[in-house]
Amino acid sequence: MSAMLLFLCVIAAIALWWSAGQGLLSKPWLEVGIASGPRDAHDADRPKLPAQKVGLGVFLAVVGALFTLFISAYLMRVNTQDWWATPVPRLLYVNTAILFASSLCLHWAKVEAVRGRREQLRTAMLAGLMTALAFVTGQVFAWRQLVAAGYLLADDAATSFFYVITGMHGLHILGGMVALARAARLVRTEAIVTPRLRLSVELCATYWHFMLAVWLVLLALFAGWAGSFVAFCRQLIT
Amino acid sequence: MVEASGAGDIIPPAAVEDVELYHPHSWWTRYVFSQDAKVIAIQYSCTAIAIGMVALVLSWLMRIQLAFPGALTFLDAERYYQFITMHGMIMVIYLLTALFLGGFGNYLIPLMVGARDMVFPYANMLSYWLYLLAVAVLVASFFASGGPTGAGWTLYPPQAILSNTPGGQDWGIVLMLVSLIIFIIGFTMGGLNYAVTVLQGRTRGMTLMRMPLTVWGIFTATVMALLAFPALFVACVMMLFDRLAGTSFFMPAIVEMGEQLQHGGGSPILFQHLFWFFGHPEVYIVALPAFGIVSDLISTHARKNIFGYRMMVWAIVIIGALSFVVWAHHMYVSGMNPYFGFFFATTTLIIAVPTALKVYNWTLTLWRGNIHLTLPMLFALAFIVTFVNGGLTGLFLGNVVVDVPLSDTMFVVAHFHMVMGVAPILVIFGAIYHWYPKITGRMLNEGMGQLHFWITFLGAYLIFFPMHYVGLVGVPRRYNEIGETSFVPASVHDLNIFITIMALVVGAAQILFLFNLAWSLRHGREAGGNPWRATTLEWQTPQTPPAHGNWGKDLPVVYRWAYDYSVPGAPEDFIPQNQPGTYPTREAGA
Amino acid sequence: MAVVLVLVAIAVGSVLFHLLSPWWWTPIASNWSYIDHTLVITFWITGAVFVAVVLFVAYCVWRFRHDPGRRAAYEPENRRLESGLAVGTAIGVFAMLAPGLFVWHQFITVPSEAAEIEIVGQQWLWSFRLPGADGKLGRAETRDVAPDNSLGIDKADADALDDVVIEGGELHLPVGKPVKVLLRSIDVLHDFYVPEFRAKMDMIPGMVTYFWLTPTRTGTFDILCAELCGVGHSQMRGMVVVDSEADYQTWLAEQATFEQLQAALPAATTVAEAPGR
Repeated sequence: MSAMLLFLCVIAAIALWWSAGQGLLSKPWLEVGIASGPRDAHDADRPKLPAQKVGLGVFLAVVGALFTLFISAYLMRVNTQDWWATPVPRLLYVNTAILFASSLCLHWAKVEAVRGRREQLRTAMLAGLMTALAFVTGQVFAWRQLVAAGYLLADDAATSFFYVITGMHGLHILGGMVALARAARLVRTEAIVTPRLRLSVELCATYWHFMLAVWLVLLALFAGWAGSFVAFCRQLIT
Repeated sequence: MVEASGAGDIIPPAAVEDVELYHPHSWWTRYVFSQDAKVIAIQYSCTAIAIGMVALVLSWLMRIQLAFPGALTFLDAERYYQFITMHGMIMVIYLLTALFLGGFGNYLIPLMVGARDMVFPYANMLSYWLYLLAVAVLVASFFASGGPTGAGWTLYPPQAILSNTPGGQDWGIVLMLVSLIIFIIGFTMGGLNYAVTVLQGRTRGMTLMRMPLTVWGIFTATVMALLAFPALFVACVMMLFDRLAGTSFFMPAIVEMGEQLQHGGGSPILFQHLFWFFGHPEVYIVALPAFGIVSDLISTHARKNIFGYRMMVWAIVIIGALSFVVWAHHMYVSGMNPYFGFFFATTTLIIAVPTALKVYNWTLTLWRGNIHLTLPMLFALAFIVTFVNGGLTGLFLGNVVVDVPLSDTMFVVAHFHMVMGVAPILVIFGAIYHWYPKITGRMLNEGMGQLHFWITFLGAYLIFFPMHYVGLVGVPRRYNEIGETSFVPASVHDLNIFITIMALVVGAAQILFLFNLAWSLRHGREAGGNPWRATTLEWQTPQTPPAHGNWGKDLPVVYRWAYDYSVPGAPEDFIPQNQPGTYPTREAGA
Repeated sequence: MAVVLVLVAIAVGSVLFHLLSPWWWTPIASNWSYIDHTLVITFWITGAVFVAVVLFVAYCVWRFRHDPGRRAAYEPENRRLESGLAVGTAIGVFAMLAPGLFVWHQFITVPSEAAEIEIVGQQWLWSFRLPGADGKLGRAETRDVAPDNSLGIDKADADALDDVVIEGGELHLPVGKPVKVLLRSIDVLHDFYVPEFRAKMDMIPGMVTYFWLTPTRTGTFDILCAELCGVGHSQMRGMVVVDSEADYQTWLAEQATFEQLQAALPAATTVAEAPGR
């Protein structure tokens, strides 16, 4: 569970940093009247973060916890004797590149949304959607390659973990695609880039970058780099 | 809306932007597929109480079996294990978690922080319907072939998915896991709402340190649940694969009934770590809302500010954070690395300090108060007694070596029922007696309430206090009958009969409570907007029950903390949070 | 004011119940009386806190009950009182934790002279294996479990041949000699639980867990399973007999070794059916 504890430390650090500005040490019974200062979340000189962004942040923390727990389980299992790693299909590296491209498209879409250029925004979003679809398809092909090579779901632990964790990641990408498709429909129905549309695009872009980061961690885990990294860190400490 | 009292700091409320409200157009969208948090709260509560009654009846049947083994002929070992499993799972997750967060969270958070509704009403509605689906799947397992799972609520593999456990190779365990997965997805949608509404939906002036402790408790519990439920999710998904696809995440090489199974290499301990990584925070997910609510009940009905508000807030947050590093105290005798025992015993006992401080502060709030012995106050007092009792026995079980003889005995059963069964449920009752007038506009009947209180409190104490001693004698938990042993004296059997009779009586009293809920809807005394003369925002709504959008035209503005009771110099013994103005003597008083 | 009387009755009644009721732990038969001592310390500290808190609440309710002419005090906090209580609680907690950790250290430190024995759980039967003349237990694997070898002992391991195997019978232990109990399960979780020994530990398939103890008095004790292991959980019983050294040696001489059992098998393979049910 060390990976999960590390993740919780990060969350705790963020919570601590945030709460430092919330006046948790103040004596509220002495302060009558309209509250002011940095601890009022609605202070005029600080633009209020839209609830959707905060909501996405909290949601990503939940998703992060989910994948970290899978990784924790993987790391606890990896030390047992009957473990032999599943080979990483080459195709996975191609998929990684596609997902990276998808993330770039979303970033482009975000830039276009800020500039308010509707046509380019639409192209960028469609490109993001297509590349994400290509990634998921590529993942399915990678599974088929593995199956063809004789690595079945129930064969050994490493393979089981590979299928379950990549499947879970793929499901999250699919979920993101639903959200992105809904935002893309907004482009069609609305004549200009409304704040609502811009927000949707920004949220999708954040989600995409996050899922890319999750994927890179997972890839490092499956390719065994994570193990070497941990070993390297141990060397640094000792 | 704001009473002018001559103070110069009245702020026009328009400074807060209004949320976009969903307006229902038909009866269906108003009462069934409603996106109004108050309606969703009532839906959550009714469903939770309904499924909780099923769990209550299961507990009667189990108690009858323990007191009179074999009296109910249909209740064989298989049924008994199915019943304990369903009783535990329903009570912990589908009743307590759903009621505290889905029920009280939905009703109270928007009202208490001065919001019109939750920030994501659509997701909030989906949350309830997914919860209902999860309950339906759970109930379906009663009717599936092979019946529900009988693996114990901890669902430990390998037995959970093997054929000698009821439901292990039938549909029982699959439906259980699917139901949990649905519940977690649904909860995440609701939980995002509760957390983000507290973070972003507070009205002007409502700083974090002005929030009532109820909101603090529910908020912290929600954040914990959002981070802890994924562990259960992961465990459920992996176990589902073990059961349906033949993987070996949790399944080592096993010989079942002389036959080698096709599993190998998996680790049952891994499941236990995942389960308790969720399971321990879950205890506090139930306890923290109760802590928060009971603080408000005591303060309001003792007409005194909560003593040490800041300490109460910090304690809630510290308990929430610490509860993530104590999970393995459920696993002292599980065969995990024994050196973990030092760490987890220490963290577990450290948690006792902030928890004890909360208890002291509740009692110190009573000190020099002006205590109205209303029903909510009675339940709050009963909570203190049962929680202190259950919490102190936790010091036995958390202290690793003392846990060794007591673990897996009835002592554990008595402990967790007292601390996370009886104590939070007493708070739920107190809270319902307290907020029922706001929800319905009428008071609950006092006479029935008194009867309900005394039977429930004394009965529950008489059930679970002696049960500790059954465990001390050495009776293991999860035995459908103890049978012949050399170490259990015959008198334990008499004690078992006494406990069972008490359980039946306490259970019957809950029917009286449900009757009171229904009866008072029509015949209860008219309550008015603020019958308890309380300070918090939910009592200051323009209508009672609050209308859609909660606040009429303008949102309230908050000028003070939530506990201005008996302020020296003030004309009344309470000052609502949305009332401006200071009193000259307050500085001296503070 | 009934509630005040009831609160006092609960505080006093709980203590009286504790002191007067006949229900107490069964007399100890192992060296773990330290565990009992720690438990008693915990009872005293927690009991005192319980009585103090409940009586204080009762007093407050009586003394500060509603009076129309009176106002409650306005007292947001009192740092000195709160920190004093925090320190006091921390000291109380430490007084319970320190002896607990001290005894836990003993619990997990197996003395080097402890003799190893193995206990194997399966649905719903206890089996035992003693190391035999060479003092060493042979290897065993769940994978090797077969109808003629229900504990999965490695037949190729020379250390295993002289192991004494007891299936479904009584376990005998010599009094006064430390034993390290190795625990193994071949199907689901079990927990070797003898109330008189105080110590217990889960048995996990795929792992070997352990605890140690020294039996301190002779007698016959029940073995129960303390981890839910399927529908037969409450029926999973066994007996452990603590003998004097002479009785133990007599009993040991009567037991068959793994080699002898294997040799006797051809005549009896037909009864090699699955255990349980």
